[in-house]
Amino acid sequence: MGWPISVTVNGEKVSAEVEPRLLLVHFIREKLRLTGTHIGCDTTHCGACTVLLDGVPVKSCTMLAVQADERQLTTVEALHAGGALHPIQAAFKQEHGLQCGFCTPGMMMSSFALLADNPDPTEKEIRWALSGNICRCTGYMNIVKAVRAAAVQMKEAAAVPAGAAAGS
Amino acid sequence: MLPAPFEYHAPHTTEETLELLDRLGDEGKVLAGGQSLIPLIKLRLASPAHLVDVNRVPGLDVIEERDGVLRIGTLFRHKSAERSALLASRYPVIAEAAAQVADPIVRNRGTVGGSLAHADPAGDWGSVVLALDAELVLQSKSGRRTVKARDFFFGPFSTVLQPNELLTEVRIPAAGSRSGGAYLKLERKVGDFATVGVAVHLQMDDRKVRSAGIGLTAVGPQNLKAEQAEAALRGQTLDDAAIEEAASLAAAAAEPKADQRGSVEYKRNVVRVFTERGLKRARERARGGA
Repeated sequence: MGWPISVTVNGEKVSAEVEPRLLLVHFIREKLRLTGTHIGCDTTHCGACTVLLDGVPVKSCTMLAVQADERQLTTVEALHAGGALHPIQAAFKQEHGLQCGFCTPGMMMSSFALLADNPDPTEKEIRWALSGNICRCTGYMNIVKAVRAAAVQMKEAAAVPAGAAAGS
Repeated sequence: MLPAPFEYHAPHTTEETLELLDRLGDEGKVLAGGQSLIPLIKLRLASPAHLVDVNRVPGLDVIEERDGVLRIGTLFRHKSAERSALLASRYPVIAEAAAQVADPIVRNRGTVGGSLAHADPAGDWGSVVLALDAELVLQSKSGRRTVKARDFFFGPFSTVLQPNELLTEVRIPAAGSRSGGAYLKLERKVGDFATVGVAVHLQMDDRKVRSAGIGLTAVGPQNLKAEQAEAALRGQTLDDAAIEEAASLAAAAAEPKADQRGSVEYKRNVVRVFTERGLKRARERARGGA
């Protein structure tokens, strides 16, 4: 039996009919074909499926799609919406904040929410904020560095007058 | 993983919720934060025929301290508790426990009431409400009743909550000016179940203990209230000897099982050490320290 939902996905309104048991992550990957959001452990541990619901990180394998009705959903694809790498993406690349890359979308979404809330986090605050996201390659050192680098970059970009940063 | 099919209900008022729960009986299950229930239905350890999602019911996420009572609504999320200035300043046992539930992403969704109703013996909130001598308000279509935290749990994942009832709020006696608390938790890694957790709350009368609350996590078939240790502290001046005595009594009250997280002896000793540390920290806070 279908349940009508209307979700704003990365700024665009999407209407669909979904089965209540459909998990949010399956809705994102299979119905919306946004495959940047990964399914890792599928048991609420790893955070690879992290997306933002009304700006707040949630594990999309642990929510029903029907629960996103009338809500704002942000997936990793939104970071690249301008056609250029988001400072967080650029920093993960620059600082080698990834190896296999499987956890990276979730890491970046948690980092995005952290920096929106706390633009100048300490290493401890970064580690705390990312403690729900598991990486099995990097040992986390470079992920933490990447988030610090992104914070600095985003602060500098914010300090530059509008227009001057175009194309950067 | 895909849960078995179920019928979904999204009521907009408490009345509508209670009406549904009454009609659905054993077949209905309340969905709050879903951070335990959704994994369970994915693994098909639970297959409720109907899910009643209460996330759209306004007013269930209240926090309010008034007339000698702190009320925390069932939908109050761990993250909100972690960030609450009121809880940090007056109820440190709650603020510290909330910050250690699962991981930061789970805390964004998980709720106080959901955690209590789920009644995992390794859950943190159970020990907190036991230490604070809280009451839980259970509402049904035919009325409401209030149950003491110590009478709420009876074994793993088992509570007195009936299928037609909704746990609507937790009621905690307001902390006096000379009170303090702490929550200590040992976990192998963030997000793992607790190896051991200890919740402590102290209310002092001048230099003596008016009441002490101690709740134990993951060392029994349910969250345990260390009542002998609490009784031993009452009326004491709370010197180090009294604290050590209470810590030994709390360790004796623990009923741990050996598993990959530790032996019985090890866990019992962690209860002793954490109770001692928790009481000292609570004492410090009751005196107006950090």
